[in-house]
Amino acid sequence: MKRSIRFSDRLANWLPRLVLTPSLLVVLVAVYLFIAWTGWISLSSSNIVPRYDFVGLEQYVRLWSTPRWHTAVANLFIFSSLFLGLTTGLGLLMAILLDQRIRAEGALRAIFLYPMALSFIVTGTAWKWILNPALGVQKVVNDAGWTSFVFDWISQPRFAIYCVVIAAVWQSTGFAMAIFLAGLRGIDNSVIKAAQIEGAGLPLIYRTIIVPMLRPAFLSVIVLLSYVAIKSFDLILALTNTGPGSATEMPSTFMYAATFRRDQMGVGAASAMMMLMTVAAIIVPYLYSELKETRDGC
Amino acid sequence: MATLEIDRVRKSFGSVEVLKGVSISIADGDFLVLLGPSGCGKSTLLSMIAGLESVTSGEIRIANDVVNDLPPKDRDIAMVFQSYALYPTMTVRQNIEFGMKIRGVQPAERAKATLAAAEMLQMKHLLDRRPSQLSGGQRQRVAMGRAVVRDPKLFLFDEPLSNLDAKLRVDMRTEIKRLHQRLGTTIVYVTHDQIEAMTLATRVAVMKDGVVQQLDDPQVVYDRPANTYVAKFVGSPSMSLIPARLAVDGAGAVAVFDIPNEKPARISGIPIAKENATKFNGQNVLVGIRPELFTVSDGKPGRTISVHIDVVEPTGPDTLALFQIGGVEVTARVPPKTVEARKSATLTVDTTKIVLFDAVTEDRID
Amino acid sequence: MAANVRSRHRQHATGRALIYGGLLCLAAFYLMPLWVIITTSVKHLDEIYAGSFIGLPKEITFDAWRSAWSEACNGTACKGLKPYFINSLIMVVPAVILSTGIGAINGYVITKWRFPGSNFIFGILLFGCFLPFQAVILPMAQTLGFLGLAGTLAGLVLVHTVYGIAFTTLFFRNYFVGVPDELVKAAQIDGAGFMRIFVSIMLPTALPIIVVSCIWQFTQIWNDYLFGVSFTAGENAPITVALNNVVNVSMGRKEYNVDMAAAMIAGLPTLIVYIVAGRYFVRGLTAGAVKG
Repeated sequence: MKRSIRFSDRLANWLPRLVLTPSLLVVLVAVYLFIAWTGWISLSSSNIVPRYDFVGLEQYVRLWSTPRWHTAVANLFIFSSLFLGLTTGLGLLMAILLDQRIRAEGALRAIFLYPMALSFIVTGTAWKWILNPALGVQKVVNDAGWTSFVFDWISQPRFAIYCVVIAAVWQSTGFAMAIFLAGLRGIDNSVIKAAQIEGAGLPLIYRTIIVPMLRPAFLSVIVLLSYVAIKSFDLILALTNTGPGSATEMPSTFMYAATFRRDQMGVGAASAMMMLMTVAAIIVPYLYSELKETRDGC
Repeated sequence: MATLEIDRVRKSFGSVEVLKGVSISIADGDFLVLLGPSGCGKSTLLSMIAGLESVTSGEIRIANDVVNDLPPKDRDIAMVFQSYALYPTMTVRQNIEFGMKIRGVQPAERAKATLAAAEMLQMKHLLDRRPSQLSGGQRQRVAMGRAVVRDPKLFLFDEPLSNLDAKLRVDMRTEIKRLHQRLGTTIVYVTHDQIEAMTLATRVAVMKDGVVQQLDDPQVVYDRPANTYVAKFVGSPSMSLIPARLAVDGAGAVAVFDIPNEKPARISGIPIAKENATKFNGQNVLVGIRPELFTVSDGKPGRTISVHIDVVEPTGPDTLALFQIGGVEVTARVPPKTVEARKSATLTVDTTKIVLFDAVTEDRID
Repeated sequence: MAANVRSRHRQHATGRALIYGGLLCLAAFYLMPLWVIITTSVKHLDEIYAGSFIGLPKEITFDAWRSAWSEACNGTACKGLKPYFINSLIMVVPAVILSTGIGAINGYVITKWRFPGSNFIFGILLFGCFLPFQAVILPMAQTLGFLGLAGTLAGLVLVHTVYGIAFTTLFFRNYFVGVPDELVKAAQIDGAGFMRIFVSIMLPTALPIIVVSCIWQFTQIWNDYLFGVSFTAGENAPITVALNNVVNVSMGRKEYNVDMAAAMIAGLPTLIVYIVAGRYFVRGLTAGAVKG
């Protein structure tokens, strides 16, 4: 006596796959196909409109012979290293301070984190005003009596990029803090107690035991913030608008300007591909290791 | 109520075969316990009976219907899970009624069935609580209630007591036994706890590596284990397996234990079938002795053995004495205060209940 | 011995003072910009040019707010931020609902109805979380044009939904992984099907992560600038684009108080969400890191 399988049951077996398919297709098109498309444009002679021919690496050669692009790459390097270093360091410091059974911890945490809720455009607008030499911080210090104090980085081509760093660090430290704090809270207290019984002081315990245990948190913070650094675009437009001159040009702003303003679609696509490759070099190994670990976990 | 037949069932995940041709058949009203360590395939088998896993080959029949390709809802089964699997956002009442609601049972009837189940499991006062407000034992009761209201042909239990503490586990075990006696429904119950198997089952299937080692009444599994694996797995402290040479005399088999630098010890009067007596005469065997087969000596020669006691572990009602025979550690269960550690003792063995195993195949010698 | 204890005690007190001192300095640094924005936005322009930057306003006025809301010019029109604020609202609501809904069902399938390759599909989706959008912006512009959605809010909704799926799927996948599979099995035995289990059992348990996902998506989409500036123009621009235009318009004396009021208006919705539901916001932030 074998009961026949109903059609609805067979459909039920396929339903999960059917449900996932649209998302998969959309992402395959909007992420992977579009990347390939951009890649193709970067190998074509496209200028004002896309042209689907093939000129080899011509656009990449043009890109790398553009002084502005060199500025952008140099700026990205300066910006990323300072941004990563400061955000990680400051975030770790905040997390450790907050982890000392502090009164009003919740309020302080909220204060350190609120900039993350703001748009980079809002941040940029605010800091542009604060860093304004005529009316901002410089004037406050001058009025307070220190008349020789000069803080006009935002109008100095050599220093403007550091203004971007300040604003970006202000915005993103809370993120690093949140992840470090989560990491600290995950550490078994008995480890600290055991070290205390052996006579180690708190600074030593932090340096030799706790910070090394935060390795996964460091990895997450650095990887995710690198991604933020590479794609940062709105902050620069709002704060310096890539100026003075092109002193704060970054790959993201270069790509946008080349594509939509200077009718160099091919060069823009080439710069986009350079950005993508940089991000992929950082993110893909990270995702792979995260996914692999979860697979081992079960 | 129904019979259950599992007929040469195999299951593979990719290239890994977790069930290697399992055949089990039980009668209407039986309480089958699938017993084995984790990873032996018992939970997979239960999932296949439930319809939550597909069958690679073979047949599963419930009440003589082949159910291989039926979805769980059409198999007329109910299942209780190890983690209870109560729907966290529903009250106890909603949890119990959920299945009936899906099957389109009228509200009045649902309420009646729920109340009856709640009364039977003494949890009427819990009906409007949420799972998070219940203790482990109460959750277990609700999970059973959810199964009971279905009035299924077959109950499936997946290690239902492993998440409870020791005391509660014993109480709930009795509860499950009572449920079975009351409803008389066929039950398949998965556990790695041999005491649960002994206390609950009418049939026990001991499994290892996807193969059924023995399918029998629990007492038979205990007294006459099919092989050394079953012998070791069932019973606590487990059966001692002592290497020996077999000699045969008129009254049965004689086990000869070699003791270094001493005369070999002998235990005679072990029952053995005629054809095996000649086959294994002079061969190496494993002598299986349960701890309770030892008694402090009454001096009858031939069935006594002199030992040097290493460790004594009082358990209250009796004392476990540990000593060496033939190079392995042996446990005896003796009355309290009858032996002392680091002293010699003479113990008598109830040889009629000794089980012999082939030293090579490790199967029982009848 | 007693002296030793006392010195230990003093050491401890100094340590605490240092900790609190450090935290307060940091807090001041983090609050300063907000303070400056708010005070500047309620000052008279003359007071600002007279050099009051950090101090309290002599007289509170909401002229700058009114101007930013309904009069400020952005290069094309002088209608204030109001129409663009409404644009952002029209864009953000459907995009949040759609991306969260799709993420929820994706996470459900990936964790509870695993099939060969489902983990691989998750990996493919996941890379979308970390896509530098510059790499897809050109083809997307072409595609929106082809679909007749170029420059429209509907186009922006589509773009934000598509690129939001990766993150929402990650959220729900990580949440549902923690929900025992046995719940689904019990429901199957109870006779519930794929959709019924999703609606009656998984969604109600997923309430916290639904909030996380909605807040995250709301913040991301509201704060987006790149898509807004690339795919819309003029009337259809979202608020971030309008804000940047207002700030960068240079006609006559720069109205810093209006700029700050405009920044506040653009930042207020996400700030309010943060204040009301900060806990969920932080969960969203950390979900992308710390063990997926």
